[in-house]
Amino acid sequence: MVDTNASSDVISLRDVTKKYSNETVLQNVDLNVQSGECIVLVGHNGAGKTSLLKLMLGLTKPSSGVVEVLGKNPAFSAAVAQGLSLGYLPESVAFYEAMTGREVLSFYAQLKGSNSAECEKLLELVGLGDAAKRRVGTYSKGMRQRLGLAQAMLGNPQLLFLDEPTTGLDPILRQHFYELIDGLQKQGATSIISSHALSEVEARASRFVILKAGVVVACGTLDELYQQATLPIRMKISVSPGEASAVAQRFGSDVNISDINNKSFNLSCLVDEKMPLIRHISSLGDVVHDMQIMPPRLDELYSHFMNGDPS
Amino acid sequence: MSLLWTLALKEVRDGLRNRWIAAAIILLGTLAVALSLLGSAPTGSVRVSDLDITVISLSSLSVYLIPLIALMLSFDALVGEFERGTMMLLLTYPLERWQVIIGKFLGHLIILFIAIFTGYGGAILLMTLLMGGGTEGWQAYIMMMASSLLLGAVFIALGYLVSILVRERATAAGSAIGLWLGFVVLYDLILFGVLLVDEGQIIGQKLFSILMLISPTDSYRILNLSMFEGVSQAAGIAGIASEAGMNSSVMLGVMLLWVVVPLMMTLYVFQKREI
Repeated sequence: MVDTNASSDVISLRDVTKKYSNETVLQNVDLNVQSGECIVLVGHNGAGKTSLLKLMLGLTKPSSGVVEVLGKNPAFSAAVAQGLSLGYLPESVAFYEAMTGREVLSFYAQLKGSNSAECEKLLELVGLGDAAKRRVGTYSKGMRQRLGLAQAMLGNPQLLFLDEPTTGLDPILRQHFYELIDGLQKQGATSIISSHALSEVEARASRFVILKAGVVVACGTLDELYQQATLPIRMKISVSPGEASAVAQRFGSDVNISDINNKSFNLSCLVDEKMPLIRHISSLGDVVHDMQIMPPRLDELYSHFMNGDPS
Repeated sequence: MSLLWTLALKEVRDGLRNRWIAAAIILLGTLAVALSLLGSAPTGSVRVSDLDITVISLSSLSVYLIPLIALMLSFDALVGEFERGTMMLLLTYPLERWQVIIGKFLGHLIILFIAIFTGYGGAILLMTLLMGGGTEGWQAYIMMMASSLLLGAVFIALGYLVSILVRERATAAGSAIGLWLGFVVLYDLILFGVLLVDEGQIIGQKLFSILMLISPTDSYRILNLSMFEGVSQAAGIAGIASEAGMNSSVMLGVMLLWVVVPLMMTLYVFQKREI
């Protein structure tokens, strides 16, 4: 069982570096994950997301630094896993092709000490109830992914590692998938998810870890990341027809104005300039019809950290 | 223990499903029937020969066949799972790495057991019941089946070692064939060649015996040809083995060593392996 003491770290990485022969895939990574958190690992392909997951799972050992899961070295993953249920969904999950979906799941269930009733329940839950009699070799990508999810959910895991979990799933299944994860989350499960699809995980993540070429470039809640990034806020101002350029001239030179057309234009400013600007706009009177404020989007935040691009 | 069973039974089920076990039973059974019929041909009569004669011919064939079957079972066991990616997932389950190896080993041993005892045993039982053959030497026959299983275990273990050392299945397949050639064909060929050239000057009886003994296939051969009086007289090997100080427990020990050492080496490499 996961330690219920909220202050204790479920996973703790201290100054972890991982090298494969000459190539450094992770460099000086520090990360503490508390019980019940949902950490989302973000980064390009090859940024080190999977390497980080493998280290936590004890599939690989760090070249230097310390990796601890529940206070133990995960190299003894078995010992750790004896005490708690752990679920892992690898990126592009592979199964024994000659076995049927049901056989695969019950094989894994036996290894985890779960029963066959749970297998049936999970097969229904991921929508594989009808396909359970078929060989896994005949499954589509999405069906394999669902079977992968089912095996990860065996034994009510307290610790979930999901590597790109929604690749190959259609939008409805994605939604369904996240509902399943939410269910486990509510029961207090700690999860580590690596993902490309930021908008999907935005609402679920308690913290983001942004990886770039093996280095953690940013780590924190969404708000913290926005503060760090100092991305511009955009506004769209609608004015009386024909007045756009006249109104636009009434802003100072420090305000960035673009896309002027007949009855609207765009503004952009930094967070701390926002309120003075709004007050200025409202002082302009009836000529301003409408104003839309667009905070920076998540993908802008992402590309900011990935490219080091401030705009 | 239940973990090991789960892993072992998965292998057995795979063996049943891909008709592997069926094919091996048919192959071994046909051979046993053919050899028991042919065994007495030199004596001028076509009848089912006594079991101790069959032991001689069957064990000389098993020495080639059983290692091949065992290697075919095992060469893919680890490298295949690495290559397909199933090993990574398996190792995140609550099991130790040694359990993966031992579980698979148990499973493959069961497959081989079924193949040998149904193939060899069933065929002879059928011949005896239908055509009425001599049951003389049934102990030797059972020992032959048991030692065939042990010989199979040796090559399953060697197959695993190949399977953990290489990175690709194709390489594993090639190495397995090389292993088979080396152990089953080349070793004896070279040994006898050297003996012929040497003419007993450097390699004396003692060294020769030891060189024979350390090969698992030769151990198997000698074991079966010398274990029972009836068999060893018929094979003309009576006394030779005992003269060289080889008794069956030494030979069994050698073969056991050939099971344990490759398995331990496989385990060692597997423990160190980064997935």
